[in-house]
Amino acid sequence: MQTPPSLTDAITVSNLRKTYRIREGGSWRGKTRDIVALDGISFSVPKGQIAGFIGPNGAGKSTAIKILSGILRPTSGEVQVNGLVPWTNRIAHVARIGVVFGQRTQLWWDLSVAEGLALLRDIYGVEPERFARNRARLADALDLGGIMDQSVRQLSLGQRMRAEIAASLIHDPDILILDEPTIGLDAPSKLAVRAFVHELCRDRGTTVLLTTHDMHDIEALAERVIVIGHGRILADSPFEDLRTTTLSERILELDFHDTPPELTLPAGAHETAREPHSLTITFDPHQIPAPALVAHVGHLPGLDDLRISRPSIDEIITRFYADHAA
Amino acid sequence: MPDMTQSPSRTLSGPGLYRRMAGASIVAQLRYPGTFVIQAIGNFVTTLLSFFGIWSLFHRFGSIAGWDIGTVAVLYGLVNVAFAVAETLGRGFEVFGGEYVRTGSFDRLLLRPRSTLLLLLGHELRLRPIGRFLQGLFVLVAGLWLAPHVQWSAALVLPWAIAGGAAMFLGVLIGQAALCFITVEGLEVVNVLTYGGVEAGQYPLTMFGRWLRRFITFVLPLAAVCYYPTLFSLAHPDPLGMPTWIGALSPAAGFAFLGIMILVWNRAVAGYVSSGS
Repeated sequence: MQTPPSLTDAITVSNLRKTYRIREGGSWRGKTRDIVALDGISFSVPKGQIAGFIGPNGAGKSTAIKILSGILRPTSGEVQVNGLVPWTNRIAHVARIGVVFGQRTQLWWDLSVAEGLALLRDIYGVEPERFARNRARLADALDLGGIMDQSVRQLSLGQRMRAEIAASLIHDPDILILDEPTIGLDAPSKLAVRAFVHELCRDRGTTVLLTTHDMHDIEALAERVIVIGHGRILADSPFEDLRTTTLSERILELDFHDTPPELTLPAGAHETAREPHSLTITFDPHQIPAPALVAHVGHLPGLDDLRISRPSIDEIITRFYADHAA
Repeated sequence: MPDMTQSPSRTLSGPGLYRRMAGASIVAQLRYPGTFVIQAIGNFVTTLLSFFGIWSLFHRFGSIAGWDIGTVAVLYGLVNVAFAVAETLGRGFEVFGGEYVRTGSFDRLLLRPRSTLLLLLGHELRLRPIGRFLQGLFVLVAGLWLAPHVQWSAALVLPWAIAGGAAMFLGVLIGQAALCFITVEGLEVVNVLTYGGVEAGQYPLTMFGRWLRRFITFVLPLAAVCYYPTLFSLAHPDPLGMPTWIGALSPAAGFAFLGIMILVWNRAVAGYVSSGS
């Protein structure tokens, strides 16, 4: 972040509400019921920031993404993206954003990547020199050289995702919305996508809004995490804050070659699982630092091995939802 | 295969972008030329077979209820050529429910800074209906050769009628696509208007009962784009008593129908953006 956020917000959202009216029983004359998808959310994203947007299915995440993309009109509330209200002028708005939906292609199955990019150039009206420059830069950064002339149908998922990202950036959008960009990708492709997004933000100051179920994406990319659940913002903070405030626990796993012995643990640590040859201890490092706990258990008879781990980010988020569900 | 990656680019106008998208779709269809040729020939043969049914009737009875084979062939050719043009242009609307609504890729379309109508027109310039088009044209020309009293003005009125008919059928396809926002099930009902319209347009209006006659005159302006222009072109008086000159103007009704369907479409898209479903 190079500039103070309050002066240069790329996205501002205030008190955004969306209710869907659904028909019960699926019949045409059935009663209708309102479902609140977004219950008054507010946040802003400064220019050049990568913000992670996370939440379980049905939390309101995709509703918010659709509204920000200009393809859904909210029930009430205010949104400005690049100074424009997305849904009042869809065409002007979408010309200035790039959107990648992980599961939906924006290229043409039967055309080559190069032909698809050329068609997007004409749809977005990108000038020839700028197009040539962007195309060369994206082909290089996303390693598209070998697949430019292949039809999209023939690409692997990882290749296709790289082509999709290039397609979403061919018109130099100020804002990139990535909806599940790494879903289904193999590890090298995930790493390539993350590295590219990181550079994009650093070198070009593109604002990125990222939704994902892969918490490694968030950990690798997002400076900031907005947690959404039940249509509300449950937390909005730097990622590390979320990790420490929500769950500072560590896990100590002990393997024995016999039945694990009974043991008394210091304050802040407790046994959470016992197997025929292993024990799992959960502890709070603020109360009992890891070295002290290891010293405490290190002399136990029959101890073969021990491991300390942090809870996975999935677990952090799951517990976070559970804490806020009430 | 044209190299589209090298063509110059500015912000293209609607027609310019349409040409680019249509060109790309032709490239895609010709990627498997064998399939295309077989489909086009199949399309030609199946539509020709349906005309043999009509032809054998007239061959057996000479003329039916005062209608000769030439006049009926002109009607037949007109409606088939018009429908083939609409099928060629309107493929994106025809497959809208299955390929855009059900898969959610209509959202993808809304993310492009262009009108949804233009983007869907550009979905595919379908080559396959060329079979129906050529067959219809063949029957139309044969009909003009067989029919008595062909007027010189037919050279203007018949293309105008084809344009009006194509606009009307395109309107039906756009209306069908708009209906997909409400339901993607049971859209076969709309085939009553497309394929049913083609079937009904092949016969003179007097062959139908009063209710159906009114429907294909005032609701779906099929008579306006086929029947009346044919009467005008062949100087055939209308047994139902309408003045013959009406056939020179009536194809405009096809464009009016298209205009109404475009309004319906825009309303449907606005509704989709509001409701998200």
